[in-house]
Amino acid sequence: MNELIQQYWQQYLWGAPGRLTGLVITLWLTVASVGLGFFLAVPLAVAKASTNRWVSIPVSLYTYVIRGTPLYVQLLLLYSGVYSLDAVRATPFLNTFFRDAFNCTILAFTLNTAAYTTEIFAGAIKATPHGEIEAARAYGMSNFVLYRCIILPAALRRALPAYSNEVILMLHATTLAATATVPDLLKVARNASSEYYLPFVAYGSAALLYLCVSFTLIWLFQKAERRWLAFLG
Amino acid sequence: MLLEGYGQQLWGGTLETIQLALLSLVFAFVIGLIGAAAKLSRSLWLSFPATIYTTLIRGVPDLVLMLLLYYSFQDWLNRLTDALNQQQIDIDPFFAGVCVLGFIYGAYFTETFRGGVLAVPKGQLEAAAAYGLTNWQVFRRVLFPQMMRFALPGISNNWQVILKATALVSIIGLHEVVRAAQDAITGTSSKGAYHAFFFLSLAGLIYLLLTTLSNLVFMVLERHYSIGIRKPEL
Repeated sequence: MNELIQQYWQQYLWGAPGRLTGLVITLWLTVASVGLGFFLAVPLAVAKASTNRWVSIPVSLYTYVIRGTPLYVQLLLLYSGVYSLDAVRATPFLNTFFRDAFNCTILAFTLNTAAYTTEIFAGAIKATPHGEIEAARAYGMSNFVLYRCIILPAALRRALPAYSNEVILMLHATTLAATATVPDLLKVARNASSEYYLPFVAYGSAALLYLCVSFTLIWLFQKAERRWLAFLG
Repeated sequence: MLLEGYGQQLWGGTLETIQLALLSLVFAFVIGLIGAAAKLSRSLWLSFPATIYTTLIRGVPDLVLMLLLYYSFQDWLNRLTDALNQQQIDIDPFFAGVCVLGFIYGAYFTETFRGGVLAVPKGQLEAAAAYGLTNWQVFRRVLFPQMMRFALPGISNNWQVILKATALVSIIGLHEVVRAAQDAITGTSSKGAYHAFFFLSLAGLIYLLLTTLSNLVFMVLERHYSIGIRKPEL
């Protein structure tokens, strides 16, 4: 057991310079997909909350398909499915993009979390009190200013508790990257487990690290809620 | 030939997925009821372990727990059979999948049911006890039907998550629908490359059908458990 930890602790946390593994990769996957997903989700949520059906129905279809299928299947489809298409291999840009496991994983995670986040934000936008919009219109605000100054700041705050849940679920979902050969925390644990035949120690250490990150995220979001939702308390 | 002769296998995989998800649901449901009762109990000996259980399980990714529990139990079992000079016993992936999924999502169900129980007005339980109903009757006739109404959105959510989590059990070797699709891809790889895209899309479509179907079932259940509740008119 000591031997396993001595041999692997560095790989569990950050690996070696130039070849990052473990916790660093897990955190990077989480931050990248959640960050990209956020910027994708805000315009999509505005579109989904729109009264124009031609705008809202395509977005609903996207969230319906993504939320109705497992992330594992989406990842497999992007990682091995898309690359099997001749058209993709024939296009140089797509060929280099989809050949890299890291790109495929980030793409799959971003598309996935964007769908869930869109639903959360769209719900919050729809819950905007009618009077606020009426008042903004009475002040002569344009649609863009209305969204930027009134609807979005309030809606994103209201969405914070549900959004924190989604971020933690995304942290947990990054474990799937290990199945696409990305050297994240779970992949290191799998390697350690198969080298030393000590599954409990190998996976248990990874579980403890994930637990620490989850708790840190919960603590951070609690602080954020206390700051940005102070007006509710 | 349709599906390159892999139709049978995909159908079998789909059935395996449904069975796995339903059995895990039942298991998680029971654990959730027990866990909620323990967590709401006044005795620290019950509420403390239940709190530890839900906190730990919900803080660790399900895939990590799945691999941790499956391989650790197999390892311990091997050591035990070695020590007793017995033949090695291999844990059946289906049985392991049901146990592990039930154990993990039991923690989520515990929280769902706890919220549901807390949402039932306390006076109702007091009134029921005052009428001389036994504890079981209070649970069966007063608490459970009302708790279900509050817990139903959470249950529906958990069910969708369990259904999608069954895809992970292919990683520990169960032949469910994702594994069937992967087998089909390996089997047809010589006939052209696009098969990977085709079979994986098909697996996704099967999941989409299952989640759509379960949405319909939950709509019916919601109507059943909201009987007698007046909807707010906006």
